[in-house]
Amino acid sequence: MTERFAEWYKTRHDYARAWKERTGGKVVGYFCTYVPEEILIAAGVLPVRILGSHEPQSVTEPHIFGMFCPFCRDCLAQGLKGRYDYLDGIMIAQSCLHIRQAFTSWVQHVPVGWSYYLPFPNHVQSRAARPYLVEELRLFKEAVGAWVGRPITDADLDRGIATCNEFRSALRELYESRKAEHPPLNGVEAMLAVVSGQFVDKTEHTTALRQLLDALDGRERRDPKIRLMLVGSEDDDVEFIRMVEACGATVVTDDHCTGTRYFWNNVEPGEDRLGAIADRYLTRPPCPSKDWPTRSRVPHILDLADRWGVQGVVVLQQKFCDPHEADTPAIIAALREKGIPSLFLELDVTVPVGQFKTRTDAFLEMITADDLF
Amino acid sequence: MANVAYPTEPLKCWARAKELRQRYYEDYAKAHDTGGLRWAGGAWSFDAIPMGLGPDVYPLTSEPYAASIAFNREFSKRCLEATEAKGYARDLCSYMRNYWGSLLLNEYAFGGPFPRPDFIWQDHICCSHAKWYQVVRDLEDDIPYYCIDVAVGPYEEARDRQHRVQYIVDQMHQGIEFLERATGRTYDDARLIEAVKNDCRATSAWAEVSALNKTIPAPLDEKTMYALYVLGTLHKASRDVADFYEELRDEVRDRVARGIAAVPNEICRVITDTQPPWGFLKIFRYMEKYGCVSVGSLYTFGLIGAWEDKPNGTWGPRTTPMAAGTPMETRDQALHILADWTLSRPEWQHFYSPHLKSQLMLRIAKEWQLQGVMLHYNRGCEGLSLGIAENRLALIDAGLPVMVFEGNMGDDSEFDEDATKNRIDSFMESLGIKRPGEEL
Repeated sequence: MTERFAEWYKTRHDYARAWKERTGGKVVGYFCTYVPEEILIAAGVLPVRILGSHEPQSVTEPHIFGMFCPFCRDCLAQGLKGRYDYLDGIMIAQSCLHIRQAFTSWVQHVPVGWSYYLPFPNHVQSRAARPYLVEELRLFKEAVGAWVGRPITDADLDRGIATCNEFRSALRELYESRKAEHPPLNGVEAMLAVVSGQFVDKTEHTTALRQLLDALDGRERRDPKIRLMLVGSEDDDVEFIRMVEACGATVVTDDHCTGTRYFWNNVEPGEDRLGAIADRYLTRPPCPSKDWPTRSRVPHILDLADRWGVQGVVVLQQKFCDPHEADTPAIIAALREKGIPSLFLELDVTVPVGQFKTRTDAFLEMITADDLF
Repeated sequence: MANVAYPTEPLKCWARAKELRQRYYEDYAKAHDTGGLRWAGGAWSFDAIPMGLGPDVYPLTSEPYAASIAFNREFSKRCLEATEAKGYARDLCSYMRNYWGSLLLNEYAFGGPFPRPDFIWQDHICCSHAKWYQVVRDLEDDIPYYCIDVAVGPYEEARDRQHRVQYIVDQMHQGIEFLERATGRTYDDARLIEAVKNDCRATSAWAEVSALNKTIPAPLDEKTMYALYVLGTLHKASRDVADFYEELRDEVRDRVARGIAAVPNEICRVITDTQPPWGFLKIFRYMEKYGCVSVGSLYTFGLIGAWEDKPNGTWGPRTTPMAAGTPMETRDQALHILADWTLSRPEWQHFYSPHLKSQLMLRIAKEWQLQGVMLHYNRGCEGLSLGIAENRLALIDAGLPVMVFEGNMGDDSEFDEDATKNRIDSFMESLGIKRPGEEL
């Protein structure tokens, strides 16, 4: 049942091209999960998150200084190589400086018909953020409507909100199932289920999720051995997670933007539709670049660890990611205080699987040391 | 090129600049001796706002403080090591790492233990800004902390979309509530209004000082400007800094009128970009051996300076609200003016697109009559290195010679002095400039 997600992940570009041909709709590439997909879906547009390909590349050096994160360079490389040549537009919701460069260079160097920079507030904990964001969403809705050639109605928005909510609710249920002593799916399967949802039509994807949920009871249960959680920045490195799980562990939950941060909370529908969407994005589990002055991520991560029975945490981050680097010592300290060991690893475009395997083996051995002695 | 020898002389107000800087750091450290308050925040913080708490409230702005540490390479090394030992990554902002190190070592760069702030008053446009002081609160017990998000897009758009300015103003109002709660003091709007006027005076005057450097020979060189612009990064809303910049402006006008040069053998004019490697400012003196003068940068001009398009099409100092007759009688009016004024800061525009910065740099190249540009690929600052590779491409496309060098403003282990000098040699040669004694 999970093969479909893996297939979508592998053939995402083919999927988007076929979707366009089938529906005649427009496809927008987006750079950050703060993009309110509800509004794009309301307009009949397919939102497709731009991700890297985890291959060495040499095309971004003239465009992005090498001190910026490998993820933003890998994303831009996809554009420069023409792999997203089917996009009708691109957009970003303001988040970190790194990924912003991928967007601005893409606008400059990769022909695309439409682009939009949504100046999303960083001070999401301020009560000033909501009216500001609501007005930005109104401008965005108008811009999208003008682009697709028809205004976005309340009924459209209701549909967009409902579609995203159903999708997110299904993912929440899937993650709930991983609390079981013997989870019905492993971390790779769960990650592919989430990340494929970032570029597949949400209705179609939710149908697949529902089919998987219905079939979970009949699935062979897995002895998780050591229950792990992934914490950090964007991570869709399948090979890495496969390697970790092959070492004798199961990833049971996560806090990153190709995981729970993407789908954790729903829009609470209301008459003020844009206000409801704004509330959802302002209160979602935040990216560290927006998590201030209070570092709300720490209690959230501890809560996830507690509820999913986590025995160890792999803290992963894209190299050079300043917001995560500023959070990492506090997160590791908070986990240590709760008696949860952690392993810190830095992600690059490609992952040194051999080195990481040695460190992962040692980490897992450390966790089980209490059982040995 | 012919040898030239312009007249030169030291700046008369140089001693005053040094005195102001010294007193600033002492005032902060000694604030508690007289019942005053200390606050910490970034160089771009709205320092006018805490001034409404009274005349005895002293800031320590973090970037110039960290640059002072970086200038002292031995102390900087210890600070960076202390931060790394605490688990923070080496590729984080080097100002931040120096600052945290000073805190961790409990050593103040100007002597004595690190003076703990009573509250934190920060703003946020770069990813590191808000996180900087979040970590300070991890390292110190809960210091009251407030931070204003100013990342609302380029000024050209924000001024036509007032909700973006309003977002900042709303945070400012809430910030004043925070200040009253954190300090127990009653806020004085008259002091705020006075401080906002000082900010406008100071930043407009600094822009005029920078604009006077369009003159050949340049009355100021960038190495000297670093020691002057820093006052604006310390306390641009103080009367002392505003008065000083007007005094400096008058002196630079006089230098222009009399043809006084910063560098007597000026034959080549360039600008740099972003912060320099502070421990190696001698590279500017090295360039001067060629008669090459850095007449500034978008960084020195636009980090603090307030600019506008002038009727004749040139770039010049922004007209102050006082000169324009804009009412400033209430708290809300003052905050709106402060938000609008600050959003036009040139060094904030590139955060949304490198092309905005490239346009500004090309404008400077034309109006300041440059022969080339030196780009510092600064590993220490992701905010001001943002889009720098695209800037390079745009400048080259426009036909401007560009030299790139890599380094770090606050971590000398990432700067190669000899390699940089070699690059300067090659760059000068490419511009057709020979070292003295090597003329054909």
